[in-house]
Amino acid sequence: MTTRPTRRRTIAGAIAACLAFAAPLPASAQQAGDTLGRILREGVLKVGVRADYRPWGFRNPAGEFVGMEIEMAKDVAATLGVRPEFVPVVAANRMQFLAQGQIDLMIATMSDTAERRRVVGIVHPNYYSSGFNVLLPKQVTTSDWNALRGRQLCAIQGAWYNRPATERYGVEILAFTGIAEVETALRQRRCVGWLYDDNLIAVMLASGQWNDFHMPLPSQSDTPWGLAVRLDDLDKPWGRFMSGMVAYWHRSGKLLAWEKEAGIAESAFLRRMHEALKDHIQ
Amino acid sequence: MDLIESVFRGLHESAGINLTILYDPFDRSRFWAGFLMTVYLAATSVAASVVVGVMGAAAQKSPFAPLRWFTDGYVAFFRNTPPLVQMYFFFFGLGSITPTVPDDLGFPTPLIGNVVWAIVALALFAGAFNVEIFRSGVEAVPRGIAEAATALGLTRLQSYRLVVLPLAFRICLPALNNNLVNLVKTTTLAYAIGVPEMLYVSNQIWSDALNVPEMMTTLLILYIGLVTALVWAMHRWERALRLPGFGER
Repeated sequence: MTTRPTRRRTIAGAIAACLAFAAPLPASAQQAGDTLGRILREGVLKVGVRADYRPWGFRNPAGEFVGMEIEMAKDVAATLGVRPEFVPVVAANRMQFLAQGQIDLMIATMSDTAERRRVVGIVHPNYYSSGFNVLLPKQVTTSDWNALRGRQLCAIQGAWYNRPATERYGVEILAFTGIAEVETALRQRRCVGWLYDDNLIAVMLASGQWNDFHMPLPSQSDTPWGLAVRLDDLDKPWGRFMSGMVAYWHRSGKLLAWEKEAGIAESAFLRRMHEALKDHIQ
Repeated sequence: MDLIESVFRGLHESAGINLTILYDPFDRSRFWAGFLMTVYLAATSVAASVVVGVMGAAAQKSPFAPLRWFTDGYVAFFRNTPPLVQMYFFFFGLGSITPTVPDDLGFPTPLIGNVVWAIVALALFAGAFNVEIFRSGVEAVPRGIAEAATALGLTRLQSYRLVVLPLAFRICLPALNNNLVNLVKTTTLAYAIGVPEMLYVSNQIWSDALNVPEMMTTLLILYIGLVTALVWAMHRWERALRLPGFGER
């Protein structure tokens, strides 16, 4: 897992170096410090987004990019008065796309980790966050994890959160090899709820197929998400501008509104950030 | 205990051999629980499958035809389908139509849990083979012996229970041995329906600690140990049951 991306990055770096020798004036080198100015001059914002991660970033049947992160990108472009151009990225290539200059901004459901901060410029504050949670029937209304002590929860075998949930809250895990088995067991009431990634639970709830269920507990082991610019842009106008955009989204409650629009259950992280940054006078 | 913990923690740091089950209290307790679950599954399903085998072999010789047909059908069904499929069939298939009881939250929850279904599936699977194994034993007992028993005034059932079966048992013990060894190893399939036996907990442990080779080795050694214990007990039993002049001298 660790060697392959490194090797790929090395190859990508070698190719980039070759291109740099070949091209007389490499765009990224010349304008490294002025990405913001270039975007304004060109009138186009190239932003890397997910095309496969409903409802954060995906394509609608007409082929258009839609989702919460698309709304964010559109708002950036509108603020700058430029046209957004969406480039689909996946988890495996999103950082390379940014580093090589195919995109100037990446909003692609990326968790903010120490290793990634060495590769791309992750903008703060974080704009979203995910952890683990429990899909529970609507009749269970508790908001306290300790109420689940000794209860059986379905889960996927080998998931990283099976252990912390057991250790911290004493839940009993009934784990299966695949998602279909977990769904069947949950519908047959072999467990009270489904211990799962909170984003994916939100997605399931948004799908309309789980109308008798909800997610009343606070998420655990939160890992924040970050949008990213190139590493050398982080402390330049472009990075600082994006920092301001995220702070403004939290303050104005726009992220909460987009989340709601996308049909995702309200995340505690967005509520907390909004409470911390909201206008203290109004 | 502290000494053991520090030795194996050191082994991880120095040699990269990560036996979390020997120094991490959480992993240790869940692995121990998994081991006990495997022993429990093996013991109950071995006992139940032998009962099924004895009863089935008797039913095969019943004068009541539908009982014979039922037994033959049972043997055919369970011998001809994979045990993993049976496990899924019982838990998800039959489990969806079995009675439910409301729990303290008022939800209808299935009356029969995954551990019981696992034991039922394992016992019926191995039981089907045991029926045939006991039949081989029963048919190897000379017909004259059963006739002599009848001549002495024993009923058909009495002659089966008191004369034929004890002799048949001695004949078919080696074959039974084989099947029970297989059954102990087949208990691992219960992981598919979430029974926390040894393979299931090992899978969770190596997912958390990324120590797959260590846990695989541990599993192999423990299963060899379990099967060796069973085989040793069966051999002792075989020797204790030996009749002078019957079978091996």
